[in-house]
Amino acid sequence: MIKMSAGERVEISLKINGKVYEERTEPRKLLSDFLREECGLSGTHVGCEHGVCGACTVLVDGAAVRSCLMFAIQAEGADIQTVEGLAKDGQPHSLQKAFSECHALQCGFCTPGILMSAVDFLDSHADPTTDEIKEMLSGHLCRCTGYKGIIDAIEQAAFRRKEGENVNGSGDTI
Amino acid sequence: MKQNRIGQPMARVEDARLTSGQGTFIEDLNPLPNIHHAAILRSPYPHARIKAIRTEKAERMPGVKGVVTGEDIARMTVPFPVGVTAPVKYYSLAVEKVRFVGEPVAVVVAKNRYLAEDALEAIEVDYEPLPAVVDIEKALEQDAPLLHDEVGSNIANHRFFDYGDVDRAFAEADHVIKHKFRFPKYSATPVETYGVIAQYESSGNHLTIWSNFHGPFTLQSVMAAALQMPSNHLRIIIPKDVGGSYGIKSGVFPYMVLMGVVSKKLGLPVKWIEDRQEHLTASSSGTDRVTWIEAAVKLDGTVTGLKMKMADSVGGYIRAPEPACLYRTHSNSTGAYRIPNLHMETIAVMTNKSPTGLIRGYGGQQLYFPLERIMHMIAEQLGMDPADVIRRNLIQTEEFPYTTPSGGVYDSGDYTAAFEKALEMANYREFRERQAKAREEGKYLGIGLACIVEPSGSNMGYITIALTPEQRAKSLPKSGSAEGATVSIDPMGGIAVRISTTPTGQGHETVAAQIVGEVLGVDPQSVRVIAEMDTLTSPWSVASGSYSSRFASIGSSAVYKAAEKVRDKLLNIAAEQLKQPPAALDIENGKVIVRDDPQQQLSLKRLIGSAHWNPQGLPSGMEPGIHETAFYSMDNALPPDENDHVNGSATYGFVADAVTVEIDADTGEVKILDYFTVHDAGKLLNPLIVEGQIMGGLVHGLGGALYEELAYDSNGHFLTGSFMDYLCPTATEIPDVTIKHFETASPLTPLGAKGLGEGNTMSAPAVIANAVADALSPLGITIDSLPLTPSRIWSMMQDAHKSTKQSKEVPI
Repeated sequence: MIKMSAGERVEISLKINGKVYEERTEPRKLLSDFLREECGLSGTHVGCEHGVCGACTVLVDGAAVRSCLMFAIQAEGADIQTVEGLAKDGQPHSLQKAFSECHALQCGFCTPGILMSAVDFLDSHADPTTDEIKEMLSGHLCRCTGYKGIIDAIEQAAFRRKEGENVNGSGDTI
Repeated sequence: MKQNRIGQPMARVEDARLTSGQGTFIEDLNPLPNIHHAAILRSPYPHARIKAIRTEKAERMPGVKGVVTGEDIARMTVPFPVGVTAPVKYYSLAVEKVRFVGEPVAVVVAKNRYLAEDALEAIEVDYEPLPAVVDIEKALEQDAPLLHDEVGSNIANHRFFDYGDVDRAFAEADHVIKHKFRFPKYSATPVETYGVIAQYESSGNHLTIWSNFHGPFTLQSVMAAALQMPSNHLRIIIPKDVGGSYGIKSGVFPYMVLMGVVSKKLGLPVKWIEDRQEHLTASSSGTDRVTWIEAAVKLDGTVTGLKMKMADSVGGYIRAPEPACLYRTHSNSTGAYRIPNLHMETIAVMTNKSPTGLIRGYGGQQLYFPLERIMHMIAEQLGMDPADVIRRNLIQTEEFPYTTPSGGVYDSGDYTAAFEKALEMANYREFRERQAKAREEGKYLGIGLACIVEPSGSNMGYITIALTPEQRAKSLPKSGSAEGATVSIDPMGGIAVRISTTPTGQGHETVAAQIVGEVLGVDPQSVRVIAEMDTLTSPWSVASGSYSSRFASIGSSAVYKAAEKVRDKLLNIAAEQLKQPPAALDIENGKVIVRDDPQQQLSLKRLIGSAHWNPQGLPSGMEPGIHETAFYSMDNALPPDENDHVNGSATYGFVADAVTVEIDADTGEVKILDYFTVHDAGKLLNPLIVEGQIMGGLVHGLGGALYEELAYDSNGHFLTGSFMDYLCPTATEIPDVTIKHFETASPLTPLGAKGLGEGNTMSAPAVIANAVADALSPLGITIDSLPLTPSRIWSMMQDAHKSTKQSKEVPI
């Protein structure tokens, strides 16, 4: 077990959205606070700090994780993706596009976490049913939309991804 | 270009930033150097005297810059004003006593939030616990524990109203049907909690506060009064992105004052971000209400009179804008029905629970739950179909504009058509047959109906109905619903719109762009809308803010009027240059053209250029530049009259719901089979946003019906301090919802629009309760409280089975 004295700072090195960050922080710093305060990535939002609302979800080594339930120090050496890294070369991710088209967000506070969970979900569910999407979404709270637009958007992104595969066979998202 | 204009489902301009992590919410802001962080120590007791607070240890801890307690607050502020005569002293920190679990007791400021929270543990408070009261009826009793000695009872506001001839209606009634209903205390729990940044400058006695508030409306003056500052020394800035509110964030205002005082005392800019437990325990909520309702009914189901006694629990302190929950629906107390005689008794009672305030639907859900339940109970007692009772009482199309007994003027609608549509969508007759068959198989199927009027755009005068006509006569009458907007164009032709409607997710930027795009004949995507609100630079008035669905009816009208002023100016410039009267000109596709000779045209860019680059070439007397502000208020928003009649809202929409449910006989769980809802919100400005608003409001109503409750035990201890205890609907709980629209344009608003987005929050608890009651009617179960959790329903079903068994066993 690692022993730390109060107030001691630790060095953390990790990769976020492809860029390496070397930071010093308190061992008790939550990953969510670390991302926002030390790395300046304020797109990850904190809604409950007890792992229910899902707003703070990020990908840690490809898996959707609640960053409020994890210390930054536990992410040492990890490869993290946040909402800021979704768009590539100025082009929005298929989910970002579908969220706007299907009016899947209103205030947008819960959206980054839902997007990150949906990225993980679609990676493992190429052809999801509506019930599977709802099941995945049940780990997120949204008080604006009533979820309908979000479900539609994820279905649309999944559909387009599948269509893309049919067209060029490469598996690339559109 | 037409596809993005008014009435089209234009995709939102807000989305790109919000889906890429570039929103700017309060917690993301660091507008000043040297910001320190606050944490709040809160009361563990529902009711106690504070004997002593010792802060020395905390003040000596690493990184701590200071501590603020009730003594500081009592010295540096005065109690918040509130619109009742009861002398309730409400401060932003507890002074001498605590009156609910979670009440702020002290504030620690430190270098960061972690250190501030460490120091909270080092503060010692000696409490002398006092008996607490949380039940509305108990709090009204003579010997109830008294929260505020100065008031003499727990009643903060109490009024009686009589409209028409109620005694006669009841004397001549064939039936009087009455019941008592309880509506629970619940919230809307925006996923973003409260946040405040405050900076006090002693050099000029200026206080700047950033917060995810959705005022300023009347509460800017309440804050300035508590701080005893000239109102222009209190600058409030609201970020353009606010993570949801649904009314709840109006309750951040005491914390804005608190952090202002903290910044003043410690001489530092201070930031406070509420955590979820704090939010659930102590932020704000709707009121819980007990309603005693009586209906005078004729043999054919016609309701001729209503009596309602309504008692709202406003928590430990009555806080502005309460007791408004009791009066927000005053003008539409008889709902969608032609009921000419009305008696009401309204009571705001203080209990040892968290203070209340705005919440989506404000007062509507508390009103329609008893009203719509009693319509079904009338049908039951008269042996009629509930659809027929509703039909018989609905206001008819030819009666519009319809004046309610309490003074509301419903502007337009076709209630019968909308209601029949809802029945048709639900296959009402067929469902009744299906239900009969299911009952034979021991299954509990039910259908509920509700028809509600959705008021929007509140008249500032309605709140003063809390006072008697004599009390009102002592001060300036209050009326109107004013909102402002500015449209400006820069020298290179860039169009900017400044709104003061403090959106919290409703897409005001998009709709404002659509409106300005249409009026000025340009692509809405090219219009830049600034939603950030600043009380020193934004066009605003006492009604400005986001509440009572007022954007569609009022906020959008201000934008429209400001855009029209700009349009008129451009047309006048063009008229002189084209030597045509302005009336002969049209504006479209970035040009002004002569309608009858389209070859004659001028680009907007050139006309705008004239106003900036060559003011000498403008028509004589015209001001240079293009910067127009308009304020809009509804002419029908008059002060209450001496007989307590008031038209509380600008416009009135309509919602008819039909909901089918099945109750699990083994678990008591309610499964919603289908939710059909028919809306009439006048002309729709953006159908995409409309659907989202309706779904969101509906799911919030569903939460109130089935899951959400801020629960206390009988001693006043709070039971639902996490999202594991306070249950919000998630995606798996959402039923199939079918939405249908009628668009009966409002004759009163320039665009024919009415507010929407709160209707189903008001109707869902009532309609679901009606459906559940219908399903369980073979067991003789009455539904008169919410939420309808499986454990409650299961217990009721068990009791019903037991009593049937007993009555069979006991010979009479």
